[in-house]
Amino acid sequence: MSSSVSTTTKRADKPLLEVQDLKVVFKSGHKEFHALKGVNLSIDAAETLGLVGESGSGKTTIGKVILGQVPATSGKILFDGEDITHATRERRRTLGREIQVVFQDPYGSLNPARSIGDTLSEPLLTQTTLTRQDMARKIAEILEQVGMPTDTASRYPAQFSGGQRQRIAIARAVIGRPRLVVCDEPVSGLDLSVQAQVLNLLNDLQKSMGLALLFISHDLTVVRHVSRRTAVLFRGDIVEQGDTLQVLDTPQHAYTQALLSAAPVPDPLVQRVKREAWRKLQQERGVGQKALAA
Amino acid sequence: MSATVPSPNAAATPAAAHKPDSYKPVSYAARLFKKPLALVAIAWLILVVICAVFAKQLSSFDPLDQELLDVKQLPSALHWLGTDVLGRDVLSRLMHGAGPTLIGVLQAIGIAAALGVLVGVSAGYFRGRWDKWVAQYVNLLQAMPFIVTALAVLMVFGRSMMSAMITFGVLASSGMIRVIRSVTLGVREELYIEAARISGLSDAAIIVRHVLPRIAGPIIVQLSLFSAAAITVQTGLSFLGLGVVPPNPTWGTMIADASAGINDFPWLLVPSGLAVALTILAFGLLGDALRDTAVETWARAVTKNAGAAITLDPNAATVDGDVVLAVRHVTIKALNNPAMRPLVNNVSFELKAGETLGIVGESGSGKTLTSLSLLGLLPPGTEVVSGEAVVKGQRIALSDEAALRALRGKTIGMIFQEPMAALDPCFTVGHHLTEVLRAHADLSRSEATAQALELLKQVQILDPEDIMGRYPHQISGGMAQRVGIAKALALKPSILLADEPTTALDVTVQAEILELIRSISQSHHMAVVLVTHDWGVVADICDRALVLYQGVMQETANVVDLFHNPQHEYTKALLRANPHNAKVGEPLATIQNAMLTTTSGEKMAVAA
Repeated sequence: MSSSVSTTTKRADKPLLEVQDLKVVFKSGHKEFHALKGVNLSIDAAETLGLVGESGSGKTTIGKVILGQVPATSGKILFDGEDITHATRERRRTLGREIQVVFQDPYGSLNPARSIGDTLSEPLLTQTTLTRQDMARKIAEILEQVGMPTDTASRYPAQFSGGQRQRIAIARAVIGRPRLVVCDEPVSGLDLSVQAQVLNLLNDLQKSMGLALLFISHDLTVVRHVSRRTAVLFRGDIVEQGDTLQVLDTPQHAYTQALLSAAPVPDPLVQRVKREAWRKLQQERGVGQKALAA
Repeated sequence: MSATVPSPNAAATPAAAHKPDSYKPVSYAARLFKKPLALVAIAWLILVVICAVFAKQLSSFDPLDQELLDVKQLPSALHWLGTDVLGRDVLSRLMHGAGPTLIGVLQAIGIAAALGVLVGVSAGYFRGRWDKWVAQYVNLLQAMPFIVTALAVLMVFGRSMMSAMITFGVLASSGMIRVIRSVTLGVREELYIEAARISGLSDAAIIVRHVLPRIAGPIIVQLSLFSAAAITVQTGLSFLGLGVVPPNPTWGTMIADASAGINDFPWLLVPSGLAVALTILAFGLLGDALRDTAVETWARAVTKNAGAAITLDPNAATVDGDVVLAVRHVTIKALNNPAMRPLVNNVSFELKAGETLGIVGESGSGKTLTSLSLLGLLPPGTEVVSGEAVVKGQRIALSDEAALRALRGKTIGMIFQEPMAALDPCFTVGHHLTEVLRAHADLSRSEATAQALELLKQVQILDPEDIMGRYPHQISGGMAQRVGIAKALALKPSILLADEPTTALDVTVQAEILELIRSISQSHHMAVVLVTHDWGVVADICDRALVLYQGVMQETANVVDLFHNPQHEYTKALLRANPHNAKVGEPLATIQNAMLTTTSGEKMAVAA
């Protein structure tokens, strides 16, 4: 592990999720790709952890391992103290009630051939005690909570915009009252005006339901807004982790600095100064930067 | 600028903001029945089925009754389709023969469908060793010659048509398995399958709930095509006398009888031949219609933009000397819905050499359409109804596709959002560049290569020789965008059109590409039109920006004024919604629903 900054935020005694020295190696033929090289992170109940990284950094892989979609090569994942790294199929199925997901692409994440009600009922299917009426009531409740009209359940995804579909995807994630939701770039495909609504919704739901969120994003501005703690991932390593404002305002690691100086801000005067700083950084780095960009 | 737009209200209830229109989905069957050919095909098939089922009640003759005094009759009032060489009523035989034919087809379809769906879906869904075994099994089936196998089976099972058709179903299921497996492979990678798995659904539930509904279309089409083939096989076997024993009628034996006397009494071939041909045709048409109905909801029909020519306004003012591009009064409409608000409504702008203009807007704002209209590259279904461009002093109506085509590359270069998609994966980077160079100038291969290397150096690729020999999949996204820029620069255009050039790139790579565009714009004195949704990119690279909302220009200003003193409500609202400008811990300002649902361009103030 590289220069991890110790976190100053007060933490609960026992985190809800703990990832310990997680390694993932993908093999194809004789080639090996080390997607994660020993990642440590933890999320408290009702807390948001921002996970920042660029394409190929392994940020999506972390989410997939937690969700059981990709096997860990080594390391441990503890959920509420229980080791779920190699959970059985049966345990995984019941874990679906506690750990949920929101994907980036609101078009691909809803089956176009199934009604919204069908889709929303899925996380409830493992609770065999629910009657049909219970389910319909829960679906109506959750749709109201995410701000969708009540007749949504009988409609199909094609009739909704990207932002509305993302609300529906969020509704599916939280309908079973999970404790942790992995949000993999949940607002990257959305317009700015819609992004604001979805971020507010996630925030409201977190408060009312006490959700813990793993918020995976490439957008530093969004992460700054939603998460109190942030981890920066670079090529399978967490290079920096800690209080969001501390990480983003006084970055210690060269990669975090490069990332921050490259992100443009919506103010031409400030951006002009930032751009100059970026150029200086580029010149200083020279060869080092080239390696990063390759 | 008027204040007709209600100010954004952060307290707007999201429920009100997201009321979908009252669009009622039209059911699959209703859409199918709107197709005349489908109706004809279905009607014919129903007729055949009715004839087969009620042959006894409907026909006034016994199919085996021989009237030796009435042989080889042409159609008459008594015998509607005439009689055959033994004086048997042809219509009656046709109706009685339909039964065995259809039953044979159904047997083959049943077997092929059951095997195809079960084996195909399971192989595609579960993959792994099972999939490999299935692949071997399919190869084996495809290597078996049907006729030889069918002869052997018929020998063993004593001329039973059923065993022959089942054999056919098994052998032909190999194709079905292949198709169904591959569509399943596509569906299993979908995110909603992953979401269902995370929710704890079992594999069986996922297959029933998610996979089967999605692949129903291809399955139906395969079955309809397969049934056409099954009819041919069934009649073919009967024709050879391998199935049903004469004198019992089937369509195949009737064709065999007719062909025996083809010189003597050719009419006899018409009813049975036509019945087979029409039924095959009906299955084929039905298959087409089923496929079209399944696809038409998401695949748009290609309509040619038959836009009327735009006449240039002779009174329009000429442009200043250093304006390289002036665009005036562009209005673009959707062809299929002329009543809808224009997609782009009366947009005008000017661009000076060396200047970078941002066209900013959200999805559906018309920013991409505006830029594409300058190249005559509007997508099907849209039409430019007014507008002209003044390019380097030359006035061109935007409906004049030939004139616009002449501008592409030479005067206006273009780079795209997906740098990889803009490069043909079959050719090396070097080929891409030399192709453009040699198409427009009489260059030898080595001259073109030298120029291509020079271009790659211009876009700051450090090892151009190496990159020249690589294929698009062997370079990174950032590198591909550099190559895209090099390609756009090849013909030394004076204007560069960049449509979201960094949206697909990482932020560190984005910074480099934007820096590159800036330096090229300065060194080549090139004007840049940058289409983007990202206000950070606008702040970084643009000198001026034009804000579009629902096809209407909201304001155009230099970027410092735009960000620090926005004039229009929409611009203000968007800047407020940006988390960068928000206080951490407070809800973000959202754009009020009235803003989002405004449909008439007139209600919005148009910036002059």
